[in-house]
Amino acid sequence: MGSVIEVKELTKRFGNFTAVDRISFDVKEGEIFGFLGANGAGKTTAIQMLCGISKPSGGTGRVAGYDINKESERIKRNIGYMSQRFSLYEDLRVWENIRLFGGIYGLPEKMIAEKTNELLERLDFESERNTMVKSLPLGWKQKLAFSVAIFHEPKIVFLDEPTGGVDPAMRRQFWEMIYDAAERGITVFVTTHYMDEAEYCDRVSIMVDGRIDALDTPKELRRIHNAASMDEVFTRLARQAKRVE
Amino acid sequence: MKQFIAFVNKEFRHIFRDRRTMLIILGIPVVQILLFGFAINTEVKDLHVALYAPSPNSFINGVTERLYQSEYFTYRAELDDPIKMEESMRKGKLDMMVLFDSKGEAVQLIINSSDPNRGSIAATYATAIIAGYQQELAGMRKMPFQIEVENRMIYNPEMKSAYMFVPGIMGLVLMLICTMMTSVSIVREKERGTMEVLLASPLKQGTMVFAKTVPYLAISLVNFASILLLSYYVLKVPIQGSLWTLTLISILYIFLSLAFGLLISTLMRNQINAVIISAILVMLPGLLLSGMIFPIENMPQILQWLSHIVPARWYIDIVRKVMIQGLGWAVIWRETTILVGMSLLLVGSSILNIKSRLE
Amino acid sequence: MIVVENLHKTYSTGLGKKGKKGKGKGDGNHYGNGDGDVKALNGVTFRVNKGEIHGIIGPDGAGKSTLFRILTSLLLPDEGPSKATVAGYDTVKDFRQIRQIIGYMPGRFSLYQDLTVEENLNFFATLFNTTVKENYHVIKDIYGQIEPFKDRRAGALSGGMKQKLALSCALVHRPTVLFLDEPTTGVDPVSRQEFWEILDKLSEQGITILVSTAYMDEANRCTRISLMQGGRFMATDTPKGITESYDELLWSVEGERMPALLAELRVHPSVKTAFAFGDNHHVTVREGISVDALREHLTGKGFNKVRITPIEPTVEDAFMKASMEVLNGNE
Repeated sequence: MGSVIEVKELTKRFGNFTAVDRISFDVKEGEIFGFLGANGAGKTTAIQMLCGISKPSGGTGRVAGYDINKESERIKRNIGYMSQRFSLYEDLRVWENIRLFGGIYGLPEKMIAEKTNELLERLDFESERNTMVKSLPLGWKQKLAFSVAIFHEPKIVFLDEPTGGVDPAMRRQFWEMIYDAAERGITVFVTTHYMDEAEYCDRVSIMVDGRIDALDTPKELRRIHNAASMDEVFTRLARQAKRVE
Repeated sequence: MKQFIAFVNKEFRHIFRDRRTMLIILGIPVVQILLFGFAINTEVKDLHVALYAPSPNSFINGVTERLYQSEYFTYRAELDDPIKMEESMRKGKLDMMVLFDSKGEAVQLIINSSDPNRGSIAATYATAIIAGYQQELAGMRKMPFQIEVENRMIYNPEMKSAYMFVPGIMGLVLMLICTMMTSVSIVREKERGTMEVLLASPLKQGTMVFAKTVPYLAISLVNFASILLLSYYVLKVPIQGSLWTLTLISILYIFLSLAFGLLISTLMRNQINAVIISAILVMLPGLLLSGMIFPIENMPQILQWLSHIVPARWYIDIVRKVMIQGLGWAVIWRETTILVGMSLLLVGSSILNIKSRLE
Repeated sequence: MIVVENLHKTYSTGLGKKGKKGKGKGDGNHYGNGDGDVKALNGVTFRVNKGEIHGIIGPDGAGKSTLFRILTSLLLPDEGPSKATVAGYDTVKDFRQIRQIIGYMPGRFSLYQDLTVEENLNFFATLFNTTVKENYHVIKDIYGQIEPFKDRRAGALSGGMKQKLALSCALVHRPTVLFLDEPTTGVDPVSRQEFWEILDKLSEQGITILVSTAYMDEANRCTRISLMQGGRFMATDTPKGITESYDELLWSVEGERMPALLAELRVHPSVKTAFAFGDNHHVTVREGISVDALREHLTGKGFNKVRITPIEPTVEDAFMKASMEVLNGNE
């Protein structure tokens, strides 16, 4: 199995502050990769570099087969992105959002129409086709946003705290969608503050002070740190942070 | 009182830390004055004129000579040919053709009115010159009596347009900045969520809104001073009347504008709306209906009525009377009363509109 | 300290109604009922005693923020036979008194980003007619952590530090009742733990705290909790009381190929519900099936090394059960 993300010594400096400090890791095709870290550990900056939004200060890497230093435009075409803060246009209807994002990624009109039907059916969402997104409950919105983010069948999808504030049952349904996507071969790169969700990942990395301090399967991490839960592992590592932002 | 002072301090900090906005607020009047003073000039000079006379005679020579002498016209002798004339007028290089008939007794003025202002002034000047010359000729023939017309321009003897637009700019800029900035600064608290915390505190709503107006009052006084200084020293517009009267009226006008800003802020929920609404409600009537650019007397009746509710109209009127004409309270009391009334109305309705809750 | 009886709140979505935008900001997640009105609170009743930490546990859009805004006197509840008082003051009539004695930290970061840490704190102290010096002992624990950065602008602080500053500002006048609307949303687990340690200290000092959260694991740190969904309280009790009244047989199932295992569990006739819970699945089963029987069944389906243990429910289990009951009851 090939790697969808390979980065070596990836670094981002803002002035004399090193937000991301020489991180190296690989993410394999079809993997669910959990990207954890305390607030201010450098996660957001790292994701921005991986998505081609921000230029690295140092290091090399490839995402979806493209060079993050030189081919950021190609990367953007071949990834999906969804965050808690921005996902869909609230003042557009459900189908309008789907068509918009399909169009942004250059899918042909006919294909968009077919895939829209298919998607609404799969989500059991047909009755909401004409609903304004802003009047959907949060959990539904997030499910829809995720579907839209992978609508163009990207190699990899980045999910930035996709389940924040979502109710417990919906949160689980959301993870089942993640599993489905991974099953179909889409690599999932996800951040979360829910430590139970860390357990659902194939592998988990924990960032502390701009570096990746741990990277392994949740089971291994628990074993290495002799901890009963990922919560404990995380707490132990994050408490070592020295950086005062 | 402590709350009030703390709030005013906070507002000043917001303003001073936002360098860009600060620059815009203080720069607008300066730029406007300089722009109107130097770039946009409504005085018409250097009108290009050419003349066609198939059979020259002494009358035609006299007219030509006088056109040539006039400071308003540049006589383009090289174009004295109908074909050349038409061509250069089409290219915009000629403002007026003077065509005499074959007998040299009738004259036709063909005027390039693509700029109507320039065109009509050219017509007026030329007509005056030709009429003047005719009169001169008539005088020589010993008419029994002669009416001599003597024009004297008072208040603005040099016909400088600065006299016209300085009051206009004062009316526009003061109101624009006061209204827009106060409304935006209150709406910003709503938009950023800080209003929620303020509402959940013992701070009275009235204290808040009045504290909000203080910094903008101060900034507007600075603007007022910079406009006056620039127009006095750079554009050489004299202040004929009492500076105190002018200042007092301007403070009243600033106060009115602040109240208007408050009213807008109580009705709007986000900053963009507040900016757009203040710009539309201040800029458009301020430019079009205040008499700053277009004389109110020439407007259709309905617009004249509408102009009555534009505060800038009354303020600009007062400033012209005090600053340019040097008149005093005796002639501006009516306008002043109207402004006072408007202020009270605006303050009253914004106070009624201030809500002590989120809804 | 807080008494709420039968509280209702309806937002009109403003279609042709008075032209007012009656919808509270950030509360747009309620599901409309078709005629343009949105019921954000639907008969909420509870009571908080002095010094308690009362948690409102529920997802975004449950109506938590609306409840907070009514109790902090920022919104008017629907008219009707309801009651809402804070420290004995009516939230509608005595709103001036309420605003003297409460501290409120809204869900969104609501400080002045262009003012420094110290300027923000001083400003809020003056707003409440006090000084930082006078009440320094109240905020010492928390403000002490960010005091080294007192000259930094609030906008340049990290998420965790912003949240500490916001709490300091809400505390600086030593409020009788503290309202914290989702103070830990988007905050990492370590900062969250620190935050709850501070709340414990405040409650020891006698400050009553009403706090809302979407993180179920935080429920155990409250004196009492209310589970909220769709504008209703599904249950109100101590965390222990909530889990004790959970009357299902709950098992933990662990093994290999967890996603497939979950799918297999769901189709078993004796399994009522099966949900992923971190490294294991929580399964509720019908009476009559034994742990061994289920394990054998799974082994037969090719799942090896399956470990099944009866477990005590968590608040999250209780929440899911309650919200499913509400859902089924509605349909």
